[in-house]
This record gives sequence, structure tokens and C-alpha cells, in this order.
Amino acid sequence: MRKLAIVPAYNEEGSVGRVVADIRQRAPGFDVLVVDDGSTDATAREAEAAGATLLQHPFNLGIGGAVQSGFKYAARHGYDIAVQVDGDGQHDPGYLTKLLDALCNTPGTDMVCGTRFRERTGYRAPLARRVGMIVFSIVLSAITRQRITDPTSGFRMANRRGIELFARDYPHDYPEVEAILMIHAHRLRLLEVPVEMSQRDSGRSSIGKGHSVYYMIKVLLAILVGLFRGRVAVEPGEDAPVSAQRSI
Amino acid sequence: MDSRIQVLAIVVTSILFLLILELVRRRRLMERYALLWLISALVLLNLAIWRNLLEDLASTLGIVYPPNALFVVAFGFVLALLLHFSLAISRLSDETKILAQEVARVDQELRAARAESGAEAPAAQPSVAEPPPR
Repeated sequence: MRKLAIVPAYNEEGSVGRVVADIRQRAPGFDVLVVDDGSTDATAREAEAAGATLLQHPFNLGIGGAVQSGFKYAARHGYDIAVQVDGDGQHDPGYLTKLLDALCNTPGTDMVCGTRFRERTGYRAPLARRVGMIVFSIVLSAITRQRITDPTSGFRMANRRGIELFARDYPHDYPEVEAILMIHAHRLRLLEVPVEMSQRDSGRSSIGKGHSVYYMIKVLLAILVGLFRGRVAVEPGEDAPVSAQRSI
Repeated sequence: MDSRIQVLAIVVTSILFLLILELVRRRRLMERYALLWLISALVLLNLAIWRNLLEDLASTLGIVYPPNALFVVAFGFVLALLLHFSLAISRLSDETKILAQEVARVDQELRAARAESGAEAPAAQPSVAEPPPR
């Protein structure tokens, strides 16, 4: 069984080397792919020095584009399992075995998501973000009719079905939250697994403190608008989703 | 305010709102661009439905005939949308330039790698190559 760890990294020269080394040490069955999302610092060099395979974007696409590049790589190279491990050090590679176990041994599951909030963990987010997460949690749980406790967690592992879906299409703007809707729309099964995550090691979060409320409103609107979209990725034989021929 | 123009405004803004949602559903329109359209349509719809609100707004702006206030607001949104597009186009131009330069770089590295390995490689052509003479 071929397994890939996708490490999206944007200006994470301080932590990406250690993340790669950690994965190689704690989960040696996983190949490591670092997706350098147009970093302006030494992220790429650090990643290569640590022994990861490197995918470098010519400019910054955002976490959605970076993770999708990882999934495209996984699909193209025939991986059976792909897991997202953030380059900032928040995700603990020690949990990869636990996620893998849950994914492989729970029948019918296509994706597992590490959640910080199932059990009492040490993770404490700033208040504004916590409120946002609770709101998304309620909304997504209602829509998917399944208990979603950590909607913004990017610590996710997918099987071949998930890889092929996300390689074809992955949300641009608020990927973690919108991907849950996508999974639901395509009738894939998501399972949450309790994990512990650390605060960010170094670098800056892409969501500043003052922006939390604005971000929350935008995500809710995106969820609302996204609900109208329904089944997204294209089946073989259908019209190409992106075509230069269409005028409208 | 004449009922006909009010009905027309309500119908048009409603159709616009539904059209945007449908275009997003069909994946022709990205959410980030749809947002400004939806907000515009919603604001205009509200102003069209609630005469009092529109009349208050008109008197605040110093406009005598209230439906003109609706046009002023609509025009304001159109300007905002156009500016938004100019920004998007600027960014896309930048991205396209970077992609072109990246393609050139990868092409050069490929040629260099072929030369090194001694593989057969087609001679360098102008980017817009002439078809071979018959």
C-alpha cells in the first residue's frame, strides 16, 4: 500500500524541515511531498535538505491550490493513501498511524479527519476563532447530518476514492470547510479521530486576529453559495469542466 | 413613487440574484466573484421593496425623485464591480506572466537535460513555428 504525506508550506522555513524529518522518523511508510506554495523564504531548500520530494508553485495559490497539487501528485503516482500534514508544525506526525488504522479498519470510510475537540485536549484557540469554529461545526453538522467537531482541521487522510476526487477538484477559498461539503455531496464517508495539535511553531497564520469575524461571515456565505453547487467533480465522458471554447 | 418602476426593479433584481446563484451552481462563476454580485442584488432588492427606505435614502442624498436613488446606488455597485474586475485582471496578468516565464525556464532545463544525456532533441524553433515546407 503506497502512502503519501502532503506537506503544504508557505514561508515555513523555520518548521518545514522538522515536519519532514518527523514524518520520516515516526511514519516511515509514508513518502513525503512538500508543496512549496510560492514561498519567498528558504522553505524549498529546507524541504529538500530534509529529504522530501519537492513541488514548487511559480506563485502563491493558497492552501486549497497547494493541497490539490498534492492530491494530483498522489493520483498521478498511484498512491492509495494521502494525508495532509501542515508545514507549520501544528499537525503531529505521531498520529499518522492512528489515522491510518481508523481509515483502513473502519469499513466504508473514505476519509478520516483529526479533530481537536472530540476529547478534552490542550488546544486553545483565540476566542473569535473558537466562536467561528463552533458556528461552522453547527452548520456543517446540520447539513451533513453527522457530528462534525473540527471543521477547520486540515489534518486529513484520504483513501484512493478521496484522492481521485480531490485531484479532479478541490475548493479554492475555504478548503477545509468546503471540502466537508464536497465529501458529503459525493457520498464519501468521513470519520473524525481525536488528536492533539500544537499551536503554530513559527511564521504567521493566514487568518489574522482582526479578520476572524470577517472570515467567518465569508465562509458562511461561501457555504451557502456552495450548497447550490451540488455534485462538482466531473465523471468520465462528461464535458470538460474548464474549456476555452465556451463564451459564457 | 410609481408602482410600475418599483415592480420592474423588484423583478429585475430578483432575476439577477437567481441568475448569479444558477451560474455559481453551474460552476461558471467563482464564489469570490459571485459575492459582490449577490450583495449588490440584495441591497437593490431591499431598496426596491421597501419604499420608505428608498425615500429616506433619496432625501439624505438630496435626490427629489426616489427611483433615481435606486439608480445611483446601482451605479455605485457597478463602479465597484468594474474596479473589482480591473483588480482581478491585473492579478491574472501577473499570474500569466509568471506562468510564461516558468514554462520558459522548464523548457530550458529540459533542453539542457537532453543535451547532457545526449538524447535526440528537435532543434530550437521560434515559439510560433512555421510549418515545414511541403
